Amino acid sequence: MLLKEGTVRIPSGCAISGLISRDGRRINGSEIVKSISYMHERSNGLGGGFAGYGIYPEYKDLYAFHVFYEDNSSREETERFLDRHFDVVNLSRIPTRKHKNITDEPLIWRYFVTPLPTKLAASQLDEKEFVVKCVIRINTRIDGAYVFSSGKNMGVFKAVGYPEDVGDFYRLEEYDGYSWTAHGRYPTNTPGWWGGAHPFALLDYTIVHNGEISSYDANKRFIEMFGYKCNLLTDTEVITYIFDYLNRKQHLPLEDIASVVAAPFWNEIEDMPAEQREKMKLLRGMFASLLITGPFSIILGFEGGLMALNDRLKLRSMVVGEKDDVVYIASEEAAIRAICPDAENLWSPKGGEPVIVKVNGGVDF
Amino acid sequence: MIDATSLDLFELNRKIKSVKGRKIVINNVLGQRFIGSGVEDKKSIEIYGTPGNALGAYLNNCDITVYGNAQDAIGDTMNSGSITVYGNSGDATGYAMRGGLIMIKGSIGYRGGIHMKEYREHKPVITVGGCAGNFLGEYQAGGIILVLGIGSEDKVPIGHYCGTGMHGGVIYVRSRFRPKHFPPQVLVEECDEQDAKVIEKYVRLYAERFNADAERLINSEYYKLVPNAKNPYKQLYTNN
Repeated sequence: MLLKEGTVRIPSGCAISGLISRDGRRINGSEIVKSISYMHERSNGLGGGFAGYGIYPEYKDLYAFHVFYEDNSSREETERFLDRHFDVVNLSRIPTRKHKNITDEPLIWRYFVTPLPTKLAASQLDEKEFVVKCVIRINTRIDGAYVFSSGKNMGVFKAVGYPEDVGDFYRLEEYDGYSWTAHGRYPTNTPGWWGGAHPFALLDYTIVHNGEISSYDANKRFIEMFGYKCNLLTDTEVITYIFDYLNRKQHLPLEDIASVVAAPFWNEIEDMPAEQREKMKLLRGMFASLLITGPFSIILGFEGGLMALNDRLKLRSMVVGEKDDVVYIASEEAAIRAICPDAENLWSPKGGEPVIVKVNGGVDF
Repeated sequence: MIDATSLDLFELNRKIKSVKGRKIVINNVLGQRFIGSGVEDKKSIEIYGTPGNALGAYLNNCDITVYGNAQDAIGDTMNSGSITVYGNSGDATGYAMRGGLIMIKGSIGYRGGIHMKEYREHKPVITVGGCAGNFLGEYQAGGIILVLGIGSEDKVPIGHYCGTGMHGGVIYVRSRFRPKHFPPQVLVEECDEQDAKVIEKYVRLYAERFNADAERLINSEYYKLVPNAKNPYKQLYTNN
């Protein structure tokens, strides 16, 4: 039997790629699959995944839940829970095609839902918090069920396998989105399993991550005080919850969140102008436990934008390029050139320097 | 002449090794790693495109020229030969380099020349036309790093924490401003005549290759960074 995350440690890199149209133009999923395939050597076949934004325009006001089930009993239990809390407008299996390198797939279902007004009112929560609570409840309480995507007009597709095979398996050429992220996994501590593949998602926040964070336990202890449950025992999950907590709940702008998770060193803070210095001291003081140490390069996907960030020591590579309305981000330049041979303004962001790209400058979102 | 389109790293490197002649031109390179590694005889390899990580790793004798940008860790543990890049290069350029010459027309990423070393006549050299990122010469144990800062004359062309853990070799920096903020095991000094000769030699090689104004570059102010023998490195990593 395959041991899951946390039951075994395999001491043993990863690939990330992302693209976004600043005009909100929808780009076919095959582009991001091609990009990540040029970094094949960065993965080892134990996990691949994608997040697409703007892919469900026909259901754009409904939460799209993508769910893995180990068996039909976990599906039935989950569906009973969904029926009690949500109006399920549409449900179906997520279309896949048989692929020789993708095996042992769980049941993979998709639900377009909206919270039942009576339940929502009774919960005295805002809508997003209600959805988060329900997702955490399913993932924690229902054995064998895992909601791995829960945002509006977006979706995560992930599996055990090389990312190019995973893209083929999920027929991503049938989806168009204004932004995409991708991940090729090379698990360093834990075995690969379907739920442990990236991206990790909560609501519309998704994270793809190359690296290994050494602050995981400190981050986990802090974030679990606010109702999150790190039940996958893998480091990337906690990054997703940190962004949800700081951005959605604490209303911190993304630039400030970068200064929390990849905080400037104290000696650099001492050299800053007074106002900035005080702000940095405040952020580091308030959210000391959310400093993420160890190597990482991540791409955060969210409704209407992407953000790329390296750890402050820059122990992982990341390249950004652009052409016309599209901004490309990848672990390697080759992955950008693969889909945009004449990409311009290629540059490598510094450690801790966030790159934030928003559709229409963030105005419409 | 090799067309690298749709060749993976194994196929491409096998082809390179099977070429009998001295000169190889490779077109459409896109992300294939380890190009030039393990080539035993002296060859000149011209690359058009974007070669993958660890270009020229363990390089012996060969001369590699890239018409484009290079990715991470080029010249990893290279022994001899040269790598010339008509563009920029990524992180860990010249990682643990043991000999030979790397010339980058543009800039390099973080950790250039990390842990490069020298032994008698084996003295590696990295020349960077533009700027270098943080941690340049981290754990440097030997060899020469020369940063020219062309186009960045209004600032110091190297990042923070350069020379962290340095205990050998030298870093020359062309700058009007005295570089600051070094860990205690690094000394910043003015260059003497001996240094000027070394700088001139490698500036001329750079200028010849990339068609730069050698005299202007030579007649500039340079600082040198060397390890402070009285204050050896004692810490595992930087303070945070």
